[in-house]
Amino acid sequence: MTPDTKNIFSDAGNITKFALRFFIELFKPPYEIKEFIRQCFRTGYKSLPLVAITGFIMGLVLTLQSRPTLAGFGAESWLPGMVALSLIREIAPVITALICAGNIASGIAAELGSMKVTEQIDAMEVSAINPYKYLAVTRILATTLMIPILVFFADLVGVFGGYVGMNIHSDISFMRYVDKVFESLDFVDILPATIKTFFFGFVIGLIGCYKGFTAANGTESVGKAANSAVVSASLTIFIIDMLAVQITDLFF
Amino acid sequence: MKPDPSTQDNPVIEIKGLYKSFGENNDVLKGIDLTVKKTENLVLLGKSGSGKSVIIKCIAGLIEADKGEIKVFDTSIFDITNAKLNEIRLRIGFLFQSSALYDSMSVRENLAFPLARHSKELTEEEINLTIEKELENVGLAEAIDKMPSELSGGMRKRIGLARTLILKPEIILYDEPTTGLDSITSREISELILSIQKKNKTSSIIITHDMACAKLTGDRLLILKDGVICAEGSYDALEKGEDKWVRSFFV
Repeated sequence: MTPDTKNIFSDAGNITKFALRFFIELFKPPYEIKEFIRQCFRTGYKSLPLVAITGFIMGLVLTLQSRPTLAGFGAESWLPGMVALSLIREIAPVITALICAGNIASGIAAELGSMKVTEQIDAMEVSAINPYKYLAVTRILATTLMIPILVFFADLVGVFGGYVGMNIHSDISFMRYVDKVFESLDFVDILPATIKTFFFGFVIGLIGCYKGFTAANGTESVGKAANSAVVSASLTIFIIDMLAVQITDLFF
Repeated sequence: MKPDPSTQDNPVIEIKGLYKSFGENNDVLKGIDLTVKKTENLVLLGKSGSGKSVIIKCIAGLIEADKGEIKVFDTSIFDITNAKLNEIRLRIGFLFQSSALYDSMSVRENLAFPLARHSKELTEEEINLTIEKELENVGLAEAIDKMPSELSGGMRKRIGLARTLILKPEIILYDEPTTGLDSITSREISELILSIQKKNKTSSIIITHDMACAKLTGDRLLILKDGVICAEGSYDALEKGEDKWVRSFFV
């Protein structure tokens, strides 16, 4: 086995152990409620502008790009439904998760990595404070719960972006547009897409924390941890998405 | 006057045959034996990379040793539960070389962080009073609402020391407390270490390359060479000893 392959397997093993520890520590008191709320604010609220802009552009661009093809078939009236379905089932969850992987996972990895390098994590440990519980559990839980909310928000803004896109070339009232969107949506479009966003959130927090906690000594490793967190989280998001689509296909 | 260690013979730290290696052919500690008596300041000297910090990190349970025994307050810290280890950690203070202040927290929050967690009976007002008192002890009451990025190296060390002292530890492990500081600030920190020992009756291990600090604070000095302790004694005895290599530390 080459050293690179060995590293991949040992990394996979270590990250699994790291994830298992999350579930063990999650239910053990004391609960770091204050820090969890602070992390929800940081990961959720502070990502809103970024997600809003991305969501709006996604909806607008998707509408403008799809319009000529549908117009060729005389099926322009399907545009709101098609845009909403594409956004809610696939584009908004994946793009939002990727944006958050770039923004949140790298931020967590850099923050925890620099705490590791400057011995702040060790300082917590010698003060008999569990750094995993205080730093990792709160962040992973916050991303797991905030990413679905951000995706929901991106869905709404994206659908609105679609409305703006529609009105560039035609004139449709907002109520009529919303009506058409809801007409084409079903419960099965929303449920699997929502469930997978929890997994996206979980891996964003998990990989960010893991890379930060395992950063080597030296300031260079902080940059490496942040970079590696973005790459690993983005790749994992695509893999989860592929699995989620396959599973959804089987059941619905 | 330093307290006379001979009257305080109970070892609070006892290390026997401690081994630690980091990968193949990188044996850092090769059988360390040392004891720290109650209210004693033990200074560890040695070249960079000789494993001094590894010893105190093993004592605090931050690094797992390969072989040997470490007893703190008569309890072996190997093979004990995390809860038990944390109980011992609460009685040990650790001043890191980099001070390790939490960058995202103000000085007040840095000190309140361990205190609020481990002294749940204290009200917010009592916590604030304790923080103010501890900062006054290190002479930095005015820095209470500053962020660590606004502090100088010497101030960071003092705040780090205040954070270490706030839990009233019985043992303090100092990792190069005066490194990177000018000679005046170094002396102030060394005097602070000494006054803490007198006032709080603490036992300490002080790792330093600063011989003025070693002279001022150390009741006993140990010198590490190639992973073992090669010399032990008072500052004066080692300075006048026969070993040329040992004497070279005092030049």
